[in-house]
Amino acid sequence: MPQSLDYLKETASQTAGPYVHIGLIPAMAGFDIFEKNFSNVLTTPSTEGERITLEGKILDGTGTPLRDVLLEIWQANAAGRYNHPADRSAGALEQEFRGWGRAGSDFESGLVTFETIKPGAITDRAGRTCAPHINVWIVARGINIGLNTRLYFSDEEAANAADPVLNLIEQPIRRSTLVAKRSERGGKVVYSFTINLQGPEETVFFDV
Amino acid sequence: MNAQAPALRDPRLNRPEPLASPLGDGGFFQRDRSIHPPAHAPGYKSSVLRSPRQSLLSLEGSVSEITGPVFGHNDLGPLDNDLIRNYAKDGDPVGERIIVHGRVLDETGRGVPNTLVEFWQANAGGRYRHKKDTYLAPIDPNFGGCGRALTDDTGYYYFRTVKPGPYPWRNYVNSWRPAHIHFSVFGSGFAQRLITQMYFEGDPLIPICPILTTIPDKDALDRLVAPLDLNASAPFDSLAYRFDIVLRGQRSTYFENRTAGN
Repeated sequence: MPQSLDYLKETASQTAGPYVHIGLIPAMAGFDIFEKNFSNVLTTPSTEGERITLEGKILDGTGTPLRDVLLEIWQANAAGRYNHPADRSAGALEQEFRGWGRAGSDFESGLVTFETIKPGAITDRAGRTCAPHINVWIVARGINIGLNTRLYFSDEEAANAADPVLNLIEQPIRRSTLVAKRSERGGKVVYSFTINLQGPEETVFFDV
Repeated sequence: MNAQAPALRDPRLNRPEPLASPLGDGGFFQRDRSIHPPAHAPGYKSSVLRSPRQSLLSLEGSVSEITGPVFGHNDLGPLDNDLIRNYAKDGDPVGERIIVHGRVLDETGRGVPNTLVEFWQANAGGRYRHKKDTYLAPIDPNFGGCGRALTDDTGYYYFRTVKPGPYPWRNYVNSWRPAHIHFSVFGSGFAQRLITQMYFEGDPLIPICPILTTIPDKDALDRLVAPLDLNASAPFDSLAYRFDIVLRGQRSTYFENRTAGN
């Protein structure tokens, strides 16, 4: 027998269940308990960058919006820098911009929204420039392990065409599943997205 | 996309740079999907329409995945890890008082320090304080059912609560969930993000739960079952259960990166 490698095994994932709001967004479950709550608003008045609203739905295999889903997003600031010591790129760090938010879908419409800023282009660890993007993590009843995907921006065509991750997707037609569409509504910039869990337009999910 | 740069040569010496430590690039170990439930698990009926059918796209950890949100004590309130007190209105919650404690480790056995652990559960009767839960067990006026804690420097966390009750659900006609507590854990990078559930040693509903049995690996399932830990119990107050959580291994923590200046 050789030596044992002795690594531990990751704890198995389990569904977040239909009542994920109780723990992670108690106000949506219908009660107030914590002094400080996490939210879907990532910005403060001093945050640098272009204010945007992300607005989307997550559709099941029948095209029906999930109305009990929870999304988290993780993004760089307007200078393309993540608020984490492992990002040593050159962009300016903003201490008060955490870059993380959490939202539940509306119990009636299934709509998920975030108020944030458009991130800058990111320099990856090999020094390459990556198109601006927002990392998304999805959990819900019936989702056994959280799904990772990304949102890119429809007005960044040239940057998207050169993005090393988008270019890993073999079928060009599937790259468009990660691109949120820009529009303006009432003076606000809105990026709309649809995440399809199944079907011909199934969103690209990542094994990160 | 990993940062380990191709072997660069120092032009002055025409010699390769020193070999970097194989565990030093800050990325995460590949996730072993064979110990996680598959997305499509028909015995758990809700997964059928909510499971992607295309292969996941493999992505070596980029800066977007090895980084993640950082939380601190300012995010928490003083009673956040005490579910017996954090929603009490006019007395204690009904039920068996318990302490849950353990460590958040990574696959190399290192504690994951200063990371946010969140937990939520039904009350002792098996009812959630949620406007969508209509089970006939009563809501407990003194129990909210959620809390959170930050691990200490060694990855240790603890909280106090009441043992949740089992409850029926619409999967098969007569499906019941074992008593369980949901856990959400962050780790140091977004790729470590994990939601799981803790179960209690000795619960006869464990082997027949359609959700728990989505896990294909018996050892992985057993690791979700917390043993009674009499050594951590508070005499004449609370029994204790120990639940260690393992996140993905990291090829070096960012604290070590900083120390090494790489």
